[in-house]
Amino acid sequence: MRFLRAISILLTLAVIAAVGFLLIGWRSEIPPDNQAANAQYPPDLVAKGAQLAAVGNCIACHTEPGQEAFAGGLPVPTPFGTLYSTNITPDPETGIGRWSEAAFVRAMREGVDREGNHLYPAFPYDHFTWVTGEDNKALYAFLMTREPVKATAPANDLVFPLQFRPLLVGWNLLFLREGGMQPDTSQSEEWNRGRYLAEGLGHCGACHTPRNAFGAEDRNHHFGGGEAEGWQAYAINASSHSPVPWTVDSIAFYLRNGWHELHGVSRGPMAEVTGNLGLLPDSDIRAIATYVASVMGEPSPERKEKGERLTRSFGNGGANITTAALDENKASADLSGHPGAAIYGAACATCHESGRPQPYGGLNFALSTAVNAPNPQNIVNVVMFGLPPGDGQPSAVMPAFGNTLNDRQVADLLGYLRARFSDQPAWTGLTDLVAKTRSGEYPVTVLASDGIERAPKNVGAKE
Amino acid sequence: MTITLNVNGQNHQVDAEPDTPLLYVLRDDLELNAAKYGCGLGQCGACTIMIDGKAALSCVTPLLVAEGREITTVEGLGTIENPGPIQQAFIEKQSAQCGYCIAGMMMSAAALLKHNPKPSDDDIRSALRTNLCRCGTHMRIMAAIKRASELMEQAAVPAATNRSAG
Repeated sequence: MRFLRAISILLTLAVIAAVGFLLIGWRSEIPPDNQAANAQYPPDLVAKGAQLAAVGNCIACHTEPGQEAFAGGLPVPTPFGTLYSTNITPDPETGIGRWSEAAFVRAMREGVDREGNHLYPAFPYDHFTWVTGEDNKALYAFLMTREPVKATAPANDLVFPLQFRPLLVGWNLLFLREGGMQPDTSQSEEWNRGRYLAEGLGHCGACHTPRNAFGAEDRNHHFGGGEAEGWQAYAINASSHSPVPWTVDSIAFYLRNGWHELHGVSRGPMAEVTGNLGLLPDSDIRAIATYVASVMGEPSPERKEKGERLTRSFGNGGANITTAALDENKASADLSGHPGAAIYGAACATCHESGRPQPYGGLNFALSTAVNAPNPQNIVNVVMFGLPPGDGQPSAVMPAFGNTLNDRQVADLLGYLRARFSDQPAWTGLTDLVAKTRSGEYPVTVLASDGIERAPKNVGAKE
Repeated sequence: MTITLNVNGQNHQVDAEPDTPLLYVLRDDLELNAAKYGCGLGQCGACTIMIDGKAALSCVTPLLVAEGREITTVEGLGTIENPGPIQQAFIEKQSAQCGYCIAGMMMSAAALLKHNPKPSDDDIRSALRTNLCRCGTHMRIMAAIKRASELMEQAAVPAATNRSAG
């Protein structure tokens, strides 16, 4: 009897919890606005929205390469299964053509679609909740004036029971902090602007902050490094592994141009980001740089000293590079017998020790964050797949070595780079990692090195 | 070091440093001069060969990684008397102007057609995007690769018929 009573109490509690859950999480439908897509929007508002959409990098997830811009359908692999991005063109049937501005704002702030369904947090509404009403208005005007495209994304393929969207109420209770940004009055206006862009629409942390078991950003390791599309998003806080510490100037230059002479070129998903930021005014780029540099903080005296030494050797567009500068970066141990040495000599050194300026010359590996990072995935990706050239414009380019080198040879090469150009401990499990990258067991998105043409067209997207 | 290189189905003993670019060995030691030295940086594609049936840039391929692999150069696609379908197609379509890039173009095309016998224009552009041509014969190169695809299909049909008949 006692057992049965215990069961019935538990069941009752479970039912109450479930009903409560549904009540808290229940969101009503916002009535369709059949005029939304036909309304007139002021051109300057649309232009502002285009800039903001570039900050948000909306096109990267909401477009499948080679298909129509913003029409969705891109598979987004997550630890919980595969999600497919939605169509955010103003098509009334398959897109957001019947969404009122209020419905759009609710999606951005609460992660709920027009019909009242909870959206999955792969859509970073935990960041977008910061976006001001004024900016949402411009984004809405921009999206509603895109070409409508009829396209329905494939159904999501998630592990049980995550198909049940009301569960996201729990996620939101734990991890969503609604409400706009409160300015930090102890900081400059520029810093606050940068924080608004980087933490809000820019959602830097969606890739650059590690995620917990629930797929939410780990607030204790803000900007501590995460991953995206098979690439490592490096730590951009005090634990940055960049050999030369970043500064406001170097971050601003990198975000503006997609490369920096002391840090190399952006690639992988970051190439999309820097490609998109081309639409932003310098003042906004500088604001983001100011904020990110302040999160990184002042480097330790040792890091600073090392950075200054490397800058003396490799700065000034490569003009300072001398044999002495190169020798300085040789590890004290004799590596001439290392199995990766001959591969490096024939395959890499001709570009990477040429002293030709960035972004067309190879970065000296003494400056490489990839070689100094705790996880070797990015340099595995670049060796295997290279940097494919961008279409119709000058871009960084590197040949792919996946066909040339077998798994062990790539591992030998990376072991050599790590030993010679960093003071970090050797990587382990390299051969296995290379094999998984080659086979696709670990999927990697490979984009042309310019990543994205300037918004609103994405790489290969039809205009 | 002495290593055994398998090039176009034949084994060769080569004595060279392990970090010698494969291109130098092919040209200077084996006198297979189809693959060209262009930039020496793996950026122009003139030195393209196939390693195990996949396109690779021989100017940035260290000799040591070629041991035990099947290397194919344009000399392996056919002879002057008996050109292979890719060579035949490039002749028919008169795709070469100065010709310096053409060996690399043919090898990238060969690797493409191996796994994609009926490539679209986009497929061809994508597979050959790392092969540069300064003369501007791109449209003829595209036409030649499409023609090669036809020739290879025609060559394949009787064999298939024979098999089904046999």
